[in-house]
Amino acid sequence: MSRTIRIECLRYHPETDAAPRFQTYAVPFSDDMSVLQGLQYIKDYLDGSLTFRWSCRMAICGSCGQMVNGVPALGCETFLRDYYPGTVRVEPLNHFPIVRDLAIDQTDFLAKLESVKPWIINEKDSPSEKTHVQTPGQMEEYYQYSKCINCLLCYAACPQYGLNSAFTGPAALALLHRYNADSRDEGKSERMQVVNAEDGVWGCTLVGYCSEVCPKDVDPARAVNQNKINSARDYFLRFLRK
Amino acid sequence: MRAYQRPMAGWWRRNPYYLRYMLREASCVFITAYAFVLLAGLWRLAQGKAPFERWLEGLAHPLPIAFHAAAALLVLYHAWTWFKVMPKTLPRVPVPDAAIVAAGLAASAVLSAAMLWAML
Amino acid sequence: MGDALKRSNKPIFWSLFGAGGMLSALIGPMLIFVTGIALPLGLVHLSYEQAAAFSAHVPGKLAILAVISLFLFHGLHRMYHSVHDFGIHVGAGLKALFHGVAFAGTLAAGALLLML
Repeated sequence: MSRTIRIECLRYHPETDAAPRFQTYAVPFSDDMSVLQGLQYIKDYLDGSLTFRWSCRMAICGSCGQMVNGVPALGCETFLRDYYPGTVRVEPLNHFPIVRDLAIDQTDFLAKLESVKPWIINEKDSPSEKTHVQTPGQMEEYYQYSKCINCLLCYAACPQYGLNSAFTGPAALALLHRYNADSRDEGKSERMQVVNAEDGVWGCTLVGYCSEVCPKDVDPARAVNQNKINSARDYFLRFLRK
Repeated sequence: MRAYQRPMAGWWRRNPYYLRYMLREASCVFITAYAFVLLAGLWRLAQGKAPFERWLEGLAHPLPIAFHAAAALLVLYHAWTWFKVMPKTLPRVPVPDAAIVAAGLAASAVLSAAMLWAML
Repeated sequence: MGDALKRSNKPIFWSLFGAGGMLSALIGPMLIFVTGIALPLGLVHLSYEQAAAFSAHVPGKLAILAVISLFLFHGLHRMYHSVHDFGIHVGAGLKALFHGVAFAGTLAAGALLLML
């Protein structure tokens, strides 16, 4: 005998809706079902028009980010049993424009990502001639920041991004730090302009919710705030370099 | 194709984490006001014995006492959250986060006790 | 993208904010309790002569100046950000006002301490 849980989804079809509305579905569920599986049940059996992103089902692709009862979460690792008998309210990630139903417009994040040059910048050593060598200690310096899956939960958590979308934001700054901290990278000076800008690290007021919601323990709050020191050092010591 | 932008108004009321953040930020109003209280005391001190003693007597009323009680509590919350978050603001050190937090809180406790002892 | 990537002057105000935050975290609660509750209620005593003696020598003056100035820079910087958090647009004017008040308070404290 299976139990039924109510899943309330935000609906928005721009061709017919002026504003979002909510629609509730009764979904039979078992203890092992995730919120994502709940959405898939709705799409497969109840309402094929429900739109949402997903892919790997195992918290590595970063596609299925949603607001679940007001908290940013990955649908694939959030479980219906933890909300029963209450209603599960699913909304698109906060602070992003809604394209359709539960799908958000990621364009701004992709631009932010590109702006931090998220690749190894190294003119001297070409991997085709000589492999990079790195000690375990050197990898420790950046490893946690490399675990980012670009799921955007941190942007949904960050009120500063919500108030000002020009803010570079947690994940982009964490990835900036990931490359600056990598011993193989020589591009720190190229990335400083983004760091030092008003909407760079200085847009952060250390709310810290980004690190709370990150499914990969990247700790973007740490990446951003360590770079406040780097930015301040750069600011005060720049005249010594010239 | 119209993407819908949701309003931010009242964002901080929608999540207990945000409420705690706003409480932490609210401490700054009391810290600023307290600094002005000290500045006023300094001014009265510069004016002489009678004005300074009158200023001290002025502090012994319900409203100033209530203000200082609220200020002490909120600044205590500021101190707590400050040290809890301190590991994230420091460069990489071979010390666990919990040790940094404990050291900060301990330093605060020791200095506070020393200050109280000096006044007794 | 030119103007958006202009170097921010935040480091100046952030450093002052940080110093004030650390100082107020270390001694703020007890200082407020002592001067605002213990002293008025007679649990501790501070005579005019003691206060004047403390502020007569340079270390005392520096301590008082540090507390007033750094508490102001910390509090007003955070207040400036809080206004933004409430959704109110903060421009160069409000920024100058908030930090200007902190600066004015610092000058006032300095002037008074020079007189003592």
